[in-house]
Amino acid sequence: MTDPTTPAHSSPLLEMRGIVKRFPGVLALDGVELEVRAGEVHCLLGQNGAGKSTLIKVLSASYLPDDGEILWDGEPVALATPQAAMTIGISTIYQELDLVPDLSVAENISLGHELSTVGFSHRGRTNQRARDLLARLGHAEIPATRSVGRLSPAAQQIVSLARALSHDTRLLVLDEPSAVLDQAEVSNLFRVIRELTSQGVAVVYISHRLEEIRQIGDRITVLKDGSTVATGLPVEDTPTSDLIRLMTGRSIEYVFPPRRDAASHVGDVVLEVSGLELAGVFSGVNLTVHAGEIVGLAGLVGAGRSEIIETLYGARRPAAGTVAVSGQPLRRGSVSAAVRAGVGLCPEERKSQGLLLDQAVYRNITVSSMGRFSRLGLLDSRAERRSARQVTDSLDVRPAGVDRLVRLLSGGNQQKVVLARWLLRECRVLLLDEPTRGVDVGARTEIYALVRSLADAGVAVVVVSSEVEEVLGLADRVLVVREGHVVHEGPADEIDESRVLDLVMEGEVA
Amino acid sequence: MTEHRTNADTSAVENPVAPSPGSVAVERAAAADADRQSRSQSIMSGSVGRNLGLVVALVLICAAGVITTGDRFASVDNVLTILRLASTIGVVSIGMTFVITGGGFDLSVGAILALSSVWATTFATQNMAEDTHWLIMVFAALAVGAACGVVNGVLIAYGKVVPFITTLAMLAAARGLAEIISERRTQIVSVDGFRDAFSSDVLGVPLLVIIFLLVAAAGWVLLNRTTFGRRTLAVGGNPEAARLAGINVNRHTVMLYVLVGLCCGLAALMLVSRTTTGSATHGLYYELDAIAAVVIGGTLLSGGRGTIVGTVFGVLIFATLSNVFTLNNQDTSTQAVAKGLIIVVAVLLQQRLARRATAT
Repeated sequence: MTDPTTPAHSSPLLEMRGIVKRFPGVLALDGVELEVRAGEVHCLLGQNGAGKSTLIKVLSASYLPDDGEILWDGEPVALATPQAAMTIGISTIYQELDLVPDLSVAENISLGHELSTVGFSHRGRTNQRARDLLARLGHAEIPATRSVGRLSPAAQQIVSLARALSHDTRLLVLDEPSAVLDQAEVSNLFRVIRELTSQGVAVVYISHRLEEIRQIGDRITVLKDGSTVATGLPVEDTPTSDLIRLMTGRSIEYVFPPRRDAASHVGDVVLEVSGLELAGVFSGVNLTVHAGEIVGLAGLVGAGRSEIIETLYGARRPAAGTVAVSGQPLRRGSVSAAVRAGVGLCPEERKSQGLLLDQAVYRNITVSSMGRFSRLGLLDSRAERRSARQVTDSLDVRPAGVDRLVRLLSGGNQQKVVLARWLLRECRVLLLDEPTRGVDVGARTEIYALVRSLADAGVAVVVVSSEVEEVLGLADRVLVVREGHVVHEGPADEIDESRVLDLVMEGEVA
Repeated sequence: MTEHRTNADTSAVENPVAPSPGSVAVERAAAADADRQSRSQSIMSGSVGRNLGLVVALVLICAAGVITTGDRFASVDNVLTILRLASTIGVVSIGMTFVITGGGFDLSVGAILALSSVWATTFATQNMAEDTHWLIMVFAALAVGAACGVVNGVLIAYGKVVPFITTLAMLAAARGLAEIISERRTQIVSVDGFRDAFSSDVLGVPLLVIIFLLVAAAGWVLLNRTTFGRRTLAVGGNPEAARLAGINVNRHTVMLYVLVGLCCGLAALMLVSRTTTGSATHGLYYELDAIAAVVIGGTLLSGGRGTIVGTVFGVLIFATLSNVFTLNNQDTSTQAVAKGLIIVVAVLLQQRLARRATAT
């Protein structure tokens, strides 16, 4: 994988060879190759779920790889603990910054390696170290004694960078650093990055925005479905179309159920959303879903997709706009009202938002339809189990047995349990947020088929997914969301994956 | 950071082996069997198994009582004394079980009890009760308890003040108000109807004990057999998931605090009848006793799992212990030390069991 244009003296700082990482039912990394040289900005590209996050967690030793080899300065190293990674000079700045909001800037920078004598901290020297590092980053204006929670996101990011530098960093990993920044802040960040690389620091840069990669990157590695599909591509000589082709070319083909022909699926309007707005997140969202129709929302993480469906479900209180089900407007910000009107949500974070993990499968399924199994508040748990068993059988939840704790099921089967809840409820509108995240290939196909059969039975379905292919394959109609606005709406079979990627990444048609 | 790894490890263990399609039917039948089996097992570990430790503890304490004091302990009178003493704190503990199972916490039970006892025994209330019916006193106590519960619940559910702080404030305020109303005097009950009704026996069993047993039975049904109980478990186990499943979590939280408030009102009446007084000093440290009984009973302090049977055992263990110490002429300080030890040992054992349960 060596780039022939490489000057001989620039030996790689980091080499990752054949990295494999397995999770239950999912092969997250399947032989990833990555080679980073001192002083370069190496961009990591790939769709959501391609394995970028897993890879950098292996690099920061948050995850231990199941197989593969990591070379540092040409020597094999075992990164057993996050401290070990930090000691050899690898620093990672995640999307969610890991700062302590109530400590000062200086205290955050020195966190974990405080300057002290027998436990008494040297406040003066700590502050001075912070000021030096901030000045080196060109941000001497950030007060070292202010608490981090009072800084802007951009300034917080600079503090994270300063903390990384305080560790004698030789390799800096930045996971979508521009996501929280505006234009001016991004160019400032780039200036800082160039400064660091001129001092010989290597940077691994993850971003969805191709325009940024063009500005800052030296070489590109593309991941897809957990493997490296191209590595060491020079940024200047690689056309965008090549990159998109590399990111979307499939090795696994998902089987999507056939759509019905356009004429037959236009039922009555079931869900009608108009002018929906959530302050600071999205605005002016209009959405109409007919019975029997699947509408997909595509967009990047943070574009506002999940927020849109959570708001129309009543889980967030909108600033403006109305949601109506079968012509009846719903009370704003009330999940109970939405559920009563026949709306169901399979939330993005299945474990924390969807399931009662330490309760039996049947209780998770009947929780939204308890009224049906109770008389004067008394529950008929035999009837509950019977109904739950019918639904889990029809969905083929494995292992069978409705008294099993949900915690003990795999991701795909847990997702089926959430679906079973709304199936039992016989809802008219089904909202699916990342329905196949953490779900293995086999169960995916089953879930796709189930969603389509629900639509065929007259349910109005809205699907949100980070995987463009999933949205296009499953939905009848697609809305593309970028930074809180719907930038495209149209039939799913009239748009292809690369066009959607263009829309979500660059906001314009290539 | 380490959490990531342990998560990955445990989930790796859970990874099920995908069966071949042909064996599905067979497997389903087997699974139904396993289902039934696991249910009977869960009954074992649920009612008897999980409470086995509590039964053993109670038996040991009783044995100690019989050995040290003989018939003075093992007499019908003494047993009834224990039960009568246990009944007041028992009713409060049942309410506390619900709040804790629902993910909450209530430090104000003792103070609410004191306020209810005072309000039900003021001159005004007693005069009105004399003129009309002694049930006026019952209504007064229950209404005060419920009202305090509403205040707690609304502040916690809608005001988003953490339960610890809210009920700490109520603890201070309710007892203070009780002192103001009673002018720090003990109020004697003069309504004969009330005294007679509450001190009556049913087949030789004091009414107070019967009330406790009825409340415990009703609590068991409520927690295990009703939509209210199921919602309590859901709200305590994962409030966000409960909310997204369509449960009105805020309203349910208020109802839980009203429920414990009502229990305090009822317990106040029981204490008023036993002591024939209402006083701002009633129910001192009841919050600690109730929480201790609930926790050693096996209810999860973080919510999502609760057991009424366990709470009843917890109450009986402490009441019996205190009785044995009293019969042996030990002072209350020694009792307190023993109580502390029991709480720690019980919770340590519980955590062991919980870890073993999640490991399998």
